[in-house]
Amino acid sequence: MSARDLRGSVAIVGVGHAGLGEAHGRTEMEILAEAAHNAVLDAGLNMRDIDGLATASVSSTMWALPVAEYLGIQPAFVDSTMLGGSSFVSHMMPAMLALNAGLCDAVLVCYGSTQRTSTFGRKEIAKVRPMLDPQPYEFPYQPAMPVTAYALAAARHMHQYGTTRTQMAEVAVAAREWAKLNPEAFVRDPLSIEDVLASRMVADPLSVRDCCLVTDGAGAYVMVRADRARDLAKKPVYLLGNASATWHRQISSMPDLTVTAARESGERAFAMAQMTPADIDVVQLYDAFTINTILFLEDLGFCKKGEGGAFVAGGGIAPGGRLAVNTNGGGLSCTHPGMYGIFIAIEAVRQLRGEGGARQVANAQTAVVHGNGGTLSSQSTSILGTDAAL
Amino acid sequence: MSDPNPAFEDTGPQKIYFDALKNGVFRIQRCTVCARHVFYPRVLCNHCGSPELSWVDASGNGTVYSTTVVRRKADAGGDINIALIDLEEDVRMMSRVEGMAPEEVRIGMPVKAGIVIEHDQPLVVFRKSEVAS
Repeated sequence: MSARDLRGSVAIVGVGHAGLGEAHGRTEMEILAEAAHNAVLDAGLNMRDIDGLATASVSSTMWALPVAEYLGIQPAFVDSTMLGGSSFVSHMMPAMLALNAGLCDAVLVCYGSTQRTSTFGRKEIAKVRPMLDPQPYEFPYQPAMPVTAYALAAARHMHQYGTTRTQMAEVAVAAREWAKLNPEAFVRDPLSIEDVLASRMVADPLSVRDCCLVTDGAGAYVMVRADRARDLAKKPVYLLGNASATWHRQISSMPDLTVTAARESGERAFAMAQMTPADIDVVQLYDAFTINTILFLEDLGFCKKGEGGAFVAGGGIAPGGRLAVNTNGGGLSCTHPGMYGIFIAIEAVRQLRGEGGARQVANAQTAVVHGNGGTLSSQSTSILGTDAAL
Repeated sequence: MSDPNPAFEDTGPQKIYFDALKNGVFRIQRCTVCARHVFYPRVLCNHCGSPELSWVDASGNGTVYSTTVVRRKADAGGDINIALIDLEEDVRMMSRVEGMAPEEVRIGMPVKAGIVIEHDQPLVVFRKSEVAS
């Protein structure tokens, strides 16, 4: 059997989120459970039907255990692989394998964080991380992570390919233009190229408007085998391909700062789906920083290496541009609760179901979902499609 | 069973590395099997998997591969440079370039290593070198 034999064998049948933006007075488990409930309900299932679980947390190492306990489920299949923000895209493959092997019948993938409003939020987690996960060859230099790593990648891309701050600002502005069409997006104020260029510098060449939001939020989706998907409440969104790749952990160990492992994950995912970038209608990329979008468009093959800046220029990925990218407003303008990977999967499903409202991409039948984790460290690519793409 | 390899029995390479730095010596590893240099210090060569690693003095000659300025408020320590340095031994490390404003550091700049003690910890840092490495 090869990966190609699994193409279209499972589908995402329910999606849900909760607590986007600020979830005052609520815990991350509470909003996670609400998102899980919404996803199960969306699928036309009951929590009792869930017998597979995939989840991960930025701070809790045994996170699947409290999640299963809280939801009152006793899953026959559990995957809690933690690869950073890409985890909830990479979870699709083990879920697909388990469903095909008959180990379980319905997998819930879920995540929640209250890093914005919690008393133990993003800053506190950043403080304890050096003790729990030491990096003695980087931390003594006091790099503010993760932004420093992405700034180093952006600086190198600018040096090597002539990419400009204005081109990176185009990514932030396009995300905001999409967010304006999404009532669920956290930030919808006007944003111009000039605003981005004039905003406070965080780590050169990245300004605060080149960086994703810090929000609360929870998301969940449910996967079942394709034969069962057809009998459920919503139009199934089939998993046509998925692959993950990791080439390093620390930015100082990344072989080439202008080429990410998305090149490998994308190549394998497209091969499994037997498709090319030209076949894709809508693209959801993990935009933790503006340079990410440029790197992933290149590495996934939507343009040549070094041409990502030109690709996004002139509103190239904004509404009405050459390619619909990050249609919910992305991590830059919609939501970014520590790890964002689950939300790109949710947005792709909504687009493929035609539930995008004012931001709906006409006749979207295929989508790329690309997750990033760590400091450009782990990459996971999924190709999703409607029954028209099977 | 094969004989235990000393790489797994003596003091670990992380401690050896930092102890040497404390004594003012910047050493890195070189694999005796594939002949490539290894950084950061490990018990196995990250190129070929061999545990046959030896210590060699680093040349200290490097080139800035990428650079950034981490912007911080004055009471948080002020702006600092963070750079990735390619050593002429073909290994890369995180460090900073001193002796100039952090935003003046340029990609491609030749640099030379030195050792400073910071928070009781030895640290390899770099300065602009007048001679191309």
